[in-house]
Amino acid sequence: MTDTSQNDPATASAPDTRGPLARFLSDTEIDTRLLGMLGALLLIWGGFHIYGMVFNGFGAFLTPRNLWNLSVQTSSIGIMATGMVLVIITRNIDLSVGSLIGVTGMAMGLLQVQILPPIFGLGNPMIWMTTVVCGVILGGLIGALHGWLIAYRGIPSFIVTLGGLMVWRGMAFLAAGGRTISPVDPTFALLGGGPRGAIGSTGSWIVGIVACLGVLWLIYAGRKSRIAHDFKLRPVWAEGFLAVVGCAAIVGAVMLVNAYPIPKGIIKQMGLAEGTIISHGFAIPVLILITVGIAMTILMTRTRFGRYVFAIGGNPEAASLAGINTKWVTLQVFALMGALTGIAAVIASARLNSATNALGTLDELYVIAAAVIGGTSLAGGVGKIYGAILGALVMQSLQSGMVLIGFDAAVQRIVVGLVLVLAVYLDNLYNKSVK
Amino acid sequence: MTDRGTPLVELKDISIAFGGIKAVDKVSIDLHPGEVVGLLGHNGAGKSTLIKCVSGAYQADSGEVWVNGTKVEINNPRDARDLNIETIYQTLALADNLDAASNLFLGREIIGPGGMLDDSKMEAETRKIMARLNPNFKKFNVPVSALSGGQRQSVAIARAVYFDAKILIMDEPTAALGPHETQMVAELIEELKAQGLGIFLIEHDVHNVMKLCDRASVMKNGELVGTVNVDEVTDDDILAMIILGKNPKDAAA
Repeated sequence: MTDTSQNDPATASAPDTRGPLARFLSDTEIDTRLLGMLGALLLIWGGFHIYGMVFNGFGAFLTPRNLWNLSVQTSSIGIMATGMVLVIITRNIDLSVGSLIGVTGMAMGLLQVQILPPIFGLGNPMIWMTTVVCGVILGGLIGALHGWLIAYRGIPSFIVTLGGLMVWRGMAFLAAGGRTISPVDPTFALLGGGPRGAIGSTGSWIVGIVACLGVLWLIYAGRKSRIAHDFKLRPVWAEGFLAVVGCAAIVGAVMLVNAYPIPKGIIKQMGLAEGTIISHGFAIPVLILITVGIAMTILMTRTRFGRYVFAIGGNPEAASLAGINTKWVTLQVFALMGALTGIAAVIASARLNSATNALGTLDELYVIAAAVIGGTSLAGGVGKIYGAILGALVMQSLQSGMVLIGFDAAVQRIVVGLVLVLAVYLDNLYNKSVK
Repeated sequence: MTDRGTPLVELKDISIAFGGIKAVDKVSIDLHPGEVVGLLGHNGAGKSTLIKCVSGAYQADSGEVWVNGTKVEINNPRDARDLNIETIYQTLALADNLDAASNLFLGREIIGPGGMLDDSKMEAETRKIMARLNPNFKKFNVPVSALSGGQRQSVAIARAVYFDAKILIMDEPTAALGPHETQMVAELIEELKAQGLGIFLIEHDVHNVMKLCDRASVMKNGELVGTVNVDEVTDDDILAMIILGKNPKDAAA
C-alpha cells in the first residue's frame, strides 16, 4: 500500500492559495446549496416583512406568531416532500399524494367519528391511536399498490399516479357521500397543532437541549470516526463553529416559539386566571416533521435501502447487475411515500378539525415543487431530505407571505409558479458552475 | 484439455434467443484455474450475451453451467457473486451519482454496529485497494461521474478484484483506456492469473489476445467457430476465424 498521505490534502504542505471564503466553506464542509437556500429564505422573509412595513404600515412576517404558524403550515407538505425525494430520485413521480391525503383523511375521519367510538367509548385514547395507525397503514397499502403496478407491471409512474389522483379523490367523495366529517377526536386534533397542540415552554427547552446534545454528539462521533480511519479532519475551529452555529439556531428556534403566547381567549377557556401568559412552544406537527426528517435522513444516508435508492436513480441497470432487487425497492419507495402521506393526512385533517373530500387538493404540486426547489433532480439520482423540507418552507413562506400582504389567490399562483421555474433554472446554473 | 483436472467453469450447450433470433446457439467452452480464455468475434456475435449467462444478467434458455465440477443455477447477479464470479462490464455498470466506495461495495455494503452503513470503513478499504491498483487515484469523495474513463475503469476493476473472485469476466476492459492504463490492466491480468484466477476476456484487439490469453474462443453469429491454443496459431488464423468463421483445425484436416 502506498503512503496514504499522498491521497490526503490535509497533510500536504503545499501553500493554500484559496481565498478566505472558499477556505472557510471547504474547511467547515458546509453545503453551498444549503447556504443558497437559507439565503433565499431570508430574502423572502425579509422582503415580505419590509413590504408589509412600507405598504401596510407594519411588518407582520417576522413575528413569533407568523413564524410559528408558518412552521405548522409547512409540516404536512414537508413530510410528504421527504418521501417525494425518494420517488423522484428513483426517476419516478407521484401525482396522487394530494388525493391520497383526501382518501386517508376521510377514512380516518369516519373511523374516529363513526366506527371507533361505539367500540371503545367516546373519548377513549385508543380511538386516536387506532385511527393514526390505520391511516398510516392505509396510506402505505395504497402506495404499495401504486408501487406494484409501476415496478412489477411496468406501467409508468406518471400514469399510475395520475390515475390514482382521480381514483382516490373520487373514493374520498364516495366514502362519506360528499359529507364533511367534523369535529374529529379531541386528542387527534392536537396532532394538527393549535394552542393546545403545542408542547409549551418547558417541553420546548427540553427538546432544544436534547437537539443541542445531538448536534454535539454528531460532531464528536464524526471526528472520532475520521480519526479511526486516518481521514482528513476538519480544523478544530471549524468543528467549534459548526457546534456553535447549530446550537445557536436550535436555541433561537426555542426562544422564538416560546415568544408566542397562547391567545387570551383560550387561556380563559382553559380556566386559567386572566393575565396568565403561557407560551406555545413547538407545535406537535412540527415535532412530527422534525422526527420524520431525521428518520428519513438516516434512512437515505446510513442504510442499505437508501444507498440502493440512490443507485437505482443513478443507473438502474448497474443497480440490478449489482444484485439489487430494483423492483422490490421501487415498491417500497412508493409504500413509504404512501405511509408518509398518511402521516401528512393526520396533520392536515387534525389541523382542520375535520375530514373533507377536498382535503389536500393540489398538494401534489406543492410537494413536487418543494422537493425540486430543495435540489432533487428530476433526472434522478440526486436529492436531499433537508433540501425538500427547506423547499417546503420556501413554498409555504411565499404562500403565507402573500396572504399576509394581501395578494389575491390568482397572483399567489402566478408567483409560486414563477418561483418554481426560476428555482430550477438557478439550480441548473449552480450545478454547471460547480462542475 | 481433459488432462488439466476439473475446469473452473464449464459451459455446456448454452443457447439463448431473443424474439426468435438465436443470440447464442449451443456454445460450449471451459475455463481452468490460472488461465485466460479470450472471447472474440464481431459485434453481435454473441460474446457478451454468452458471458451474461454466467454473470447472472441473463438466463440461458437451455444448456448447463458447471462451476468446479458442480452443476449450478445462476438466476441473478447475486447468485453469480455467491459463486465468486465477478464481472467487469463493458459499460462498467457504475452508478454515476455515487462515489467510488459506494460503487465498489454496491450490493455488498459493510454494515457497522446498529445495522447502519459503515461508510468510513468502506472508504478506508477502497483507499487500500485503489492504492494497489491505481496509486494515482485520489478522488474518493466525488461521484464517479466526475472521474476520467481510466479512473472509472479502475473503480470497476477494483470492485471485481476486491471480493476475492475466483472467476473473472472482463468485457473489453481496455476499450476506453490509454496505452499506459492498458498496460496496467495487462499487468493486473498477469498478476491475477498467477494467483490462480480463471479469466474470460472479451477483446477485439487480436494483438492483446495473443499477448494476454492462453486460449481463444471465437464466435460468429451466435455459434462457436472454435477454440484454439493461442501459442499454436498466428494472428491471421484468429482473424480468419473471426471474419470467415473458418476453424484452422478443420482447414488443416
